[in-house]
Amino acid sequence: MKAKSPAFPYLVWMAVFIIVPLGLVVYFAVTTETGEFTLDNITHVSQYVSVIISSIWLAALATVICLVVSYPISFVISRAGFSRQKTMLMLVMLPMWMNFLLRTYAWMTLLENNGLINKFFGLFGIGPFDMINTQGAVVLGMVYNYLPFMILPLYSVMTKIDGKVIEAAQDLGANTFHVFSKVVLPLSVPGISTGITMVFVPAVSTFIISRMLGGGGNLLIGDLIELQFLGGSYNPHLGAAMSLVLMVIILLCMSIMNSFDSEQEEAMIL
Amino acid sequence: MESNTIVRLRNIVVEYDGERVLKGIDLNIHDNEFVTLLGPSGCGKTTTLRIIGGFVEPMEGDIFFDGKRINGLPPHKRQVNTVFQKYALFPHLNVYENVAFGLKLQRMPEKEMKLRVAEMLELVNLKGFERRGVNNLSGGQQQRVAIARALVNHPRVLLLDEPLGALDLKLRKEMQTELKKIQQSLNITFVYVTHDQEEALTMSDTVVVMNNGNVQQIGTPEDIYNEPSNAFIADFIGESNIIDGIMHKDFLVEFAGRDFDCVDKGFSRQEKVDVVIRPEDIKVVPQIAGQITGIVESVTFKGVHFEMIVDACGYKWMIHSTQAEVPGSCIGMNVTPEDIHIMKKMEAEE
Repeated sequence: MKAKSPAFPYLVWMAVFIIVPLGLVVYFAVTTETGEFTLDNITHVSQYVSVIISSIWLAALATVICLVVSYPISFVISRAGFSRQKTMLMLVMLPMWMNFLLRTYAWMTLLENNGLINKFFGLFGIGPFDMINTQGAVVLGMVYNYLPFMILPLYSVMTKIDGKVIEAAQDLGANTFHVFSKVVLPLSVPGISTGITMVFVPAVSTFIISRMLGGGGNLLIGDLIELQFLGGSYNPHLGAAMSLVLMVIILLCMSIMNSFDSEQEEAMIL
Repeated sequence: MESNTIVRLRNIVVEYDGERVLKGIDLNIHDNEFVTLLGPSGCGKTTTLRIIGGFVEPMEGDIFFDGKRINGLPPHKRQVNTVFQKYALFPHLNVYENVAFGLKLQRMPEKEMKLRVAEMLELVNLKGFERRGVNNLSGGQQQRVAIARALVNHPRVLLLDEPLGALDLKLRKEMQTELKKIQQSLNITFVYVTHDQEEALTMSDTVVVMNNGNVQQIGTPEDIYNEPSNAFIADFIGESNIIDGIMHKDFLVEFAGRDFDCVDKGFSRQEKVDVVIRPEDIKVVPQIAGQITGIVESVTFKGVHFEMIVDACGYKWMIHSTQAEVPGSCIGMNVTPEDIHIMKKMEAEE
C-alpha cells in the first residue's frame, strides 16, 4: 500500500478528469432528453457513416503523407552532429509554438482564390486554382499541423540506432538499400507506430482544420460532434453517441496496429 | 614473403578535423597471419583497422587487397569482416538470424545456410542458442555471436577491434586461447586491435606497435619483448627501468655512475642514450658483490614474484625477484651485458 500512496493525487486526477467525463459521455449516449435508457442515439449515428468513412480516409491519408515526409527528415536529423540535431529539431518544433488557429488561418490566406499562392501563379498568367475548401486543403492542414508529432517519435527511435549496427550490416555485405530494409526500418517500427497514433488520432477527430480549410462542404466527424454540442442542431445525446462510436473505431484501429508490431516492440524493450 | 601478402597499406595518412591521426602507415599483412595492432588509446590502431574495413578513407596513400588497389571500395564489397568493439549485434534479430545475416544477403540456399550457421555456432560453443534473442545473452555469449556472424562468411581477413575489452579477466583468457585456436583451424588472417600488451604477446604471430599515428616496431612477440627498438616500446611492453646513459664507444656504456660492457654498437661516440633493463633481469646480490648498490624502499608480493623498488644513483629501480629483501636494507644489483638494452633517445613528442 505504501508504495502506491505517491500515486494518490494522480488517481484522483484520473477519476475526476478522465473516468467521470467518460462515464458522462456513455451516460448521455444511451439516454434520451428525459433520462430514459435508449439505443436510438447509437443507431442514429449510422446515418453519418459516409462522414465517418471520409474522416478516417482523410486522416489516414494525412498520416501516410506525414510518415513518408517525416521518415527521411528524421533519419537525416538523427545522423547529424549534436549541435545540428538541436538546430534542426528546433526548426521542426518552432511552428508548434505558434497558436494552432493562427497557423490554420495563415493557410487560409495562402490558399484563398485571391490568396498569396494564386497571386504568385497569376504573375505567370496561370490560375487561379481552387485550393481552399477542398479535401486536399484539409489534408494539407492536417499534415502541416501534425508533422512534428510524427517526426519526434521517429527521431527519438532513430537516435537510438547505434551507428555501429549500421556499419556491421555494411560489413556483412549490405548495400544502402539492404541497410535500410533489414536494419534501419525494422529498428524504427516502434517510432512509426507511435507516430501513426500521434497523428491519426487527432487528425480523425479534428474539426477546426476541416471547417477552416474545408469550407462547409467537407464536414468531418469532428465537425458533426461539435455541431451537436455548440452548433445549431443542439443534441448532446447524439453528440455523445458519435464520440463513443468514434472512440471505439479509433481503439479498434490502434489495437490492430499494435498487434502488428507488438513482437518487434518487445524485442526493442529487452 | 612478398608473394603471400594479402593486405598492404602504403603511406596511409588520415586526418580528423585537421589533426593527423595516421602519419604515413606502411604495413604488410600476410596470409594466415595473426597480426596485432598494439598501442595506447589514440595511437591510430582502430583507424588503421577501419581503413582496411572500408569505413575510413585515407587522405593519402594506397591500400591493396590481394594485389588490387581498393581505395574507395565500399565496405560491403570487401572480402573482410569485422568483429566490432561492442559487438554491434542486430537487436531485432535472434542468434540464428544475426549469424545468417551475411549469408542471406548472398542469397545462399536455405539448406546450406542452416548447415553453415550450425557449424559456426558449434565452433563458438553456442549450439542450441539459435532462437535466443541477442539481448538475453551474457557479454561472453554476445561476443561469440559477433565472432560467428563475421566468420560464417568465410572472409579472407577478419578484423577484430578490441573484441575482448568488455569481458572479465578469466573469460578474456579463455577467449584468447579460443580465438587463436579458431584462427589456426580456419586458416584466416586475423588483424587484431588491442591496448593490452599481454594479449598481444600471447596471441600474435606478428605485433605492430603503434604510437601517435606512427608504426614504432613490427616483429614477433619475442622480438618486441626482448629487442624493443625504442624506450617507448620497452616501457609499453612489459615493465622496464629506463635510465639515462652515455655510449662511450661500441660495447661500452656508462650509466649509474660506472661503465658497463654491453652488446650494442653503432652509436656515435659519447652519444646520450636510454638504457633499458627489464625488472626480472636485475640480479640481487650481497652489497659488496654488486655493480650497483642501493637501498630497498618497498617490497610488494605479486603472486609469482616480489616487486621491489630500490633507490640507487638517483633512480628508482624496479626489480622482480622470487626472493624478498628487507625494506631499508642495502643490496647489490648485477646486470649481464646481454640484458642491457641501449636505445637512441626518443625525440621529444610534441
